[in-house]
Amino acid sequence: MGWMWDVLRAVAGTIIIFSAVAFIGVMFGVLLERKISAWMQSRLGPKHVGPQGLLQTLADTIKLMQKENIVPRRADPLIFASAVIVVPLAALLDYVVIPFGATRWGPLIFRDLNIGVLYFAATSSLVVVGILMAGWGSNNKYALLGGMRSAAQMVTYEIPIGLALVTVALMAGSLSTVTIVNGQARLWYMVTQPVAFLIFLVAATAEVNRIPFDLVEAESELVAGYHSEYTGFRFALFQMGEYAETFAMAAMAVTLFLGGWRGPVLPPVLWFVIKLYALIFVFMWVRWTYPRFRIDQMLNFSWKILIPVSVLNLVVTAFFVVVVRR
Amino acid sequence: MTGEAIVFYVLAAVTLGSALVVVTSGNIVHSAAALVPAFLGVTGLYILLNAEFVAGIQVLIYAGAITVLILFAIMLTEGGTGLGGRQRNEQALVGAAVAAAMAALLVVVATRTGWTAGGGALPPYTPGAIGQSFLGQNILVFEGTSIVLLVSLMGAILIARRED
Amino acid sequence: MPGLTHYLVVSALLFALGLFAVVTRRNTVAILMGVELMLNAANINLVAFNKYVAPGAMQGQIFALIVITLAACEAAVGLALVLAAYRTLETVYVDEINVMKW
Repeated sequence: MGWMWDVLRAVAGTIIIFSAVAFIGVMFGVLLERKISAWMQSRLGPKHVGPQGLLQTLADTIKLMQKENIVPRRADPLIFASAVIVVPLAALLDYVVIPFGATRWGPLIFRDLNIGVLYFAATSSLVVVGILMAGWGSNNKYALLGGMRSAAQMVTYEIPIGLALVTVALMAGSLSTVTIVNGQARLWYMVTQPVAFLIFLVAATAEVNRIPFDLVEAESELVAGYHSEYTGFRFALFQMGEYAETFAMAAMAVTLFLGGWRGPVLPPVLWFVIKLYALIFVFMWVRWTYPRFRIDQMLNFSWKILIPVSVLNLVVTAFFVVVVRR
Repeated sequence: MTGEAIVFYVLAAVTLGSALVVVTSGNIVHSAAALVPAFLGVTGLYILLNAEFVAGIQVLIYAGAITVLILFAIMLTEGGTGLGGRQRNEQALVGAAVAAAMAALLVVVATRTGWTAGGGALPPYTPGAIGQSFLGQNILVFEGTSIVLLVSLMGAILIARRED
Repeated sequence: MPGLTHYLVVSALLFALGLFAVVTRRNTVAILMGVELMLNAANINLVAFNKYVAPGAMQGQIFALIVITLAACEAAVGLALVLAAYRTLETVYVDEINVMKW
């Protein structure tokens, strides 16, 4: 039964370490977002707190912690409060199977599950439940609409993500993330599976509710969507969950398509971080470049374009793996 | 008590406690939200039983998809408005008696029967082995399931579509 | 060490809870939740028997996977029916859905 304790320890360790790491990572991510958006709009961005505005998010976090926690009068207190925990927790659980690098003793990963990719899909799908609970629990029509849109959107875009994951697993012949990275020793799957890579990137953008797929919290229509009614530290927790999920999706894309920690000269962990932030930059670039979709356009895009293309890609890949490679 | 036993009792308590909330809560959204810990508890039981792949699928399909579908249906029908409706019918007492009788029967059967324990070491239930079994020995069931999936997909679309 | 019987008892209790929901609930969606609980109970049985009675075979886990698939089908079709009924009859309570044709 030793493996079971390993799993429990891995999950507990992940939650403890990543609450700390994600907190710092998220703060840096928020700052990066503001700086990049400012750069793209020929502004300077935050500049006054700390050197070049480096401590701006820290100041914002301290501010948010001091704010009052308001629960709307007709809200459902239990569901309202538990939604705050579900969203960041589900996002943090994703990190158990992501290999961050390799050391002399083996890959740097919390737990190399033999169902790694499936585990990732499963935990990231749990976020929807939290968002739906937040939307309903707030007893606010904007929050409810935001939550419902989010459920429709995330359930829809989980399918192309799943199919892209299956395609890569087919190439590597395994669901374990470490085996998938090792399978890219010669050639990245981005080169051999460009279609799956694109599908994964687009669907991941939609899955973490970023522009151009941010209908869940479209400010001009829905105030702030499902977290309209959340204040203070609860709002900060939602933000943290959102950024943690974005980083997890980018890290998974690095693992699946960009060769994970592999790279010449530099140490593996550094390679991983470089690739991760390159992808994060792409996410932010897209966010500040494109306008928002309409809800029907977005659902049609997934059902009528992404899903058929990814099924076709899967069939072609299966053909090549079974017939050509043999 | 060994560690495994403690984990088992905790998981069983989580599963049955949440299931109790699911069936007794007067608020249907609370019922649906309580489904999540119930399904996750069952997932934990699968992990205890070495069925990691089934556990992953359980989280993906039950906790991630079916619960969301149920919450979605609640909100499309009456979640936004009438939660005041009576949730239970007049058969509560009879139903409780029937359910209790059923539970008693099943528990007696489970504890009285001398199950023949299978010998031999546990093989690793890897995804690869399950796939081999699916596409080898159980190919007919697999194909049958895929047809059922297709039919239910079409049926759901046909039923839910507005006729105008 | 929890053995086969422990899992069977948990499964029996879960099944009874699901049955209670199916028999007593008025809301169609709540009845569906009860059915899901019963299917879960059956799955625990299948996987437990797989481990303790026939560890070499994988039939139990295969069947659990198939049951999960069919549960997803059942939820999709069932909820589509609920939505259709709500649209025409404006109710989701089974005792008020009492016409065969509208």
